[in-house]
Amino acid sequence: MPDQHIVRSFDKDLEAIQAKIMKMGGLVESAIHESVKSLKKRDDELAERVREADHLIDKLEEEINYDAAQVLALRQPIASDLRVVLSVMKISGNLERVGDYAKNLAKRTTLLVQMPAIDGASGAIKRMAREVERMLKDALDAYVNQDVALAEDVRARDHEVDQMYNALFREFLTFMMEDPRNITACMHLHFIAKNIERMGDHVTSIAEQVIYLVTGNMPGNDRAKLDYIAEAHEAED
Amino acid sequence: MKEVKVSARDVQVYYGENHAIKDVSVEIEDKTVTAFIGPSGCGKSTFLRCINRMNDTIDICRVEGDILLDGEDIYDPKVDPVQLRAKVGMVFQKPNPFPKSIYDNVAYGPRIHGMAASKSELDAIVEKSLRRAALWGEVKDRLSASGTGLSGGQQQRLCIARAVATEPEVLLMDEPASALDPIATAQIEELIDELREKFAVVIVTHSMQQAARVSQKTAFFHLGNLVEYGETSQIFTNPVDPRTESYITGRIG
Repeated sequence: MPDQHIVRSFDKDLEAIQAKIMKMGGLVESAIHESVKSLKKRDDELAERVREADHLIDKLEEEINYDAAQVLALRQPIASDLRVVLSVMKISGNLERVGDYAKNLAKRTTLLVQMPAIDGASGAIKRMAREVERMLKDALDAYVNQDVALAEDVRARDHEVDQMYNALFREFLTFMMEDPRNITACMHLHFIAKNIERMGDHVTSIAEQVIYLVTGNMPGNDRAKLDYIAEAHEAED
Repeated sequence: MKEVKVSARDVQVYYGENHAIKDVSVEIEDKTVTAFIGPSGCGKSTFLRCINRMNDTIDICRVEGDILLDGEDIYDPKVDPVQLRAKVGMVFQKPNPFPKSIYDNVAYGPRIHGMAASKSELDAIVEKSLRRAALWGEVKDRLSASGTGLSGGQQQRLCIARAVATEPEVLLMDEPASALDPIATAQIEELIDELREKFAVVIVTHSMQQAARVSQKTAFFHLGNLVEYGETSQIFTNPVDPRTESYITGRIG
């Protein structure tokens, strides 16, 4: 299929929205990276900068929604053009949520630096966040290159993030049982781990949007789901 | 799937040497709006006109293959094209009312086909047809006024009333709203949706949005070939053939 529309300004509109998605993706990647770095280094100021930068992500999401509404109203896109518009709306929503989780992580970092450090916890969280960061990078690459195989790969890797979360969950329970004075810090760390796990879900949703964008079909719900609650009870026993 | 109303098999149409329709096979469902789309010269109107043998009037035109209406071959020598056209009505791009009164425009078909035994029966047919065409309310007090004095949108609805007056089973519409303003277009589209309860409607349109709005099935023609035929919702969200995608999204192709 030829790439260009007869009406070339239509192409420009679509390209402009997609460029904003990439810009937003870059900001979100760095928000994850910096927020986790602030946690690891117990760097209050860096956490503060992550919190402040979140409004840029929110603003881009608003712009993308506005632009998408303009294209819908003025160009009446159909077929693959329609899928481009629908996918940017969903992907920008996913990215905005990931940005919020990073912001929340930074907020909790500000509280955690005032408490004694939990040995080994921030390293495990960093490993989990690094995997989500890589997944996000790959999901965005898959989006730019319309690479279904890479998007499928990202979906599969979310399983690993879920497993890391389950492992951390058990670890935090152990810390809390060992010494109740750890409970406050461990609760914050647990929320952070949970938020990173949720980031992974949003990144997976982005990968699914890429598959929808390219093929016209949403991938089936064939990913193995873990029952966190059941696992949690097992860990308690 | 609904019942098949019109079934075309391996239809070829030639205008002299020009092979205008190539191997088209399609099953048009009853009580469904089917849209024919495609660039100018793709054969969609030619194919539409095969369904009520309008191409018979063109000397150099030759039609091969089978077109069946309810399983009966419409090109069988025993079929009277005039009777066929009562069953397969047509509405054209430009409203073309007869230079007669509104009443006589609608009564014309029922009269020549002897459908009414009395004046009151004919009155009833005229009223019913005008109501079906959503025109009754606007013209009921001036049925003896000339049909050509109506607005464009009203004239087109008059033509639809005229077409439905003979109780057709299939209604063919060749760009029925392309000469109308958006309000008249919306009225025609609403009407098409209502007519679908009674008839199989086949509409040729250049407006993608119109095809998407009014039809349940869409057929895309290109260079005399039927490229893709399927559910309208699928054609407009996820067409299978790249030529369909190129055309409907307005890309060069």
